[in-house]
Amino acid sequence: MAEGITIQPESAPNAAQDQGASLWKDSWHRLKKNRMAVVGGIILILLFLACTVGLLLANLLGYSHESQNLILGSAAPSWQHWMGTDILGRDLFVRVLYGGRISLMVGICATAVSLIIGVLYGAVSGFLGGKVDSVMMRIVDIMYALPFTIFVILLMVVFGKKLILIFLAIGAVEWLTMARIVRGQVMSLKRQEFIEAAQALGLRKRRIILRHIIPNILGPVIVYATLTVPGVMLLESFISFLGLGVQAPATSWGVLIDEGAKAMEQFPWLLIFPAGALSLALFSLNFLGDGLRDALDVRASKD
Amino acid sequence: MFRFIARRLLEMIPVLFIISAATFFMVHAAPGGPFSREKKVSPEILKQLNAFYGLDKPLLQQYGNYIWKAVRHGDLGPSTKYANWSVNELIGASFPVSLELGCWALLVALILGLGAGIVASLRPNTASDYIPMSLAMAGICLPTFVLGPLLIGLFALGLHWYNALGWDFASDRVLPALTLGIFYAAYIARLTRGGMLEILNQDFIRTARAKGASPWRIVTKHALKGGLLPVVSFLGPAVAGLLTGSFVVETIFQVPGLGKFFVTSAFNRDYTMVMGTVIFYATLIISLNLVVDVVQVWLNPKLRFE
Repeated sequence: MAEGITIQPESAPNAAQDQGASLWKDSWHRLKKNRMAVVGGIILILLFLACTVGLLLANLLGYSHESQNLILGSAAPSWQHWMGTDILGRDLFVRVLYGGRISLMVGICATAVSLIIGVLYGAVSGFLGGKVDSVMMRIVDIMYALPFTIFVILLMVVFGKKLILIFLAIGAVEWLTMARIVRGQVMSLKRQEFIEAAQALGLRKRRIILRHIIPNILGPVIVYATLTVPGVMLLESFISFLGLGVQAPATSWGVLIDEGAKAMEQFPWLLIFPAGALSLALFSLNFLGDGLRDALDVRASKD
Repeated sequence: MFRFIARRLLEMIPVLFIISAATFFMVHAAPGGPFSREKKVSPEILKQLNAFYGLDKPLLQQYGNYIWKAVRHGDLGPSTKYANWSVNELIGASFPVSLELGCWALLVALILGLGAGIVASLRPNTASDYIPMSLAMAGICLPTFVLGPLLIGLFALGLHWYNALGWDFASDRVLPALTLGIFYAAYIARLTRGGMLEILNQDFIRTARAKGASPWRIVTKHALKGGLLPVVSFLGPAVAGLLTGSFVVETIFQVPGLGKFFVTSAFNRDYTMVMGTVIFYATLIISLNLVVDVVQVWLNPKLRFE
């Protein structure tokens, strides 16, 4: 601590770095200082590893998400089954890992689709304005109103019951709100002086959108993206609840929570563990998202 | 501004046409029909049923007839699932229920969401930020199909404060409105916090602080207008969803609302009901998005009507 004060005063190296540090490098520094965000990030990585590598290990050790033990039935947590077993005697721990893999995949894929399409679409629409904006936003209105249930049924009928279709269907509706939020932000941003300066310098529109607009709207985008992840996970469980999504014996966190809620009075662990896993993932994501938002906020005072 | 609103209202007409056409051909493309149930109907009866509902004509002609009736008389046709009910009557009977529930839920969502979001944004990364935001995250993590039974177990079966199901007394509104509202409150809280933080770091807020304005005045007079922009964008589609009811909440609490038709009509291939609900929902969501766009300009003087 003592040498920290004398040899590395906070301001001097920062001032030297500021000249070369890009937005991303600068933000990375700030993110690393936010302890909650770092913890959140580490937990997310661990959860992801558990649901991929951990699941493989469990399968190698002879635990499977579908092998039943009807005599055992719904057993409380024990050394043999860490999270107990469900009504069909299936090991809940393995099922939570398996469900986590599907839920995390839905969350990541659909959020990525919504981020890429939504941000670009909203930014272009808001920045160009006028007729282009009108047409682009009316298309969003149309997509909002189309009946989602029938859309999913049609996809299933035409292409068969494939999981990837659910990701696509969810992604296809989730970018709409993102596009509208981004458009609102861009419209207020493009009146600001630094954008006018960029235009006066003769920068091309593409460059202005990618270099000047998008980095400045990342705050609300990240906040909404962290909200999209739980949104799509719950949407997936709703689709599965309607019998159109994940089919037994495969499962997801949303489906496990739904099953657990039905049996929560007799076998509370069936609800507690899947709900705990989902909450842990979303809380970590939430803190990571908030940290990212703060780190990317160029206007925030540097401390 | 009036030119802007008038133009947007005019634009609604082609948009609604496109939505109705796309929906019409989508439902007809889905396999099965309104009369293909587990109990087989004899071919003669099926023929008569199809003739009665006009389903024996070419698809384009069916669409033409449908639109003609809808535009001329506002008649959305008879439901193919609920005999002797027209779509207008079904929507007319169930929408007021959803509207009432939606308004209560919206009230819950706005009070809890805005309150928690503003409190959290005033002192970021302290306990007064983490506690409301953790509660908000818990609200997002708890799906409505878990929160509903939990609230019933606690307040209806445990404490006997409310009825578990039904929609007969004023007190029956409390649990469904909470179940529906808490989820949206959590979203609003997160978006409010983000939007407020964005604004609270700006120079004009620092100026207001330097002039000695009280925190209350800074929030209400200066920050709230700009900080609510992302919330307002989110509220357009969210309010449309709230007012048209929720399949899950209506099923759990046995509320006779509109929400369940969005799902059941698709499964029943109740062609006219699907069309009716979609056109109704589309009109609502487009109007609300228009309201959002007007409110955004009002909140942010840097925006213009284009």
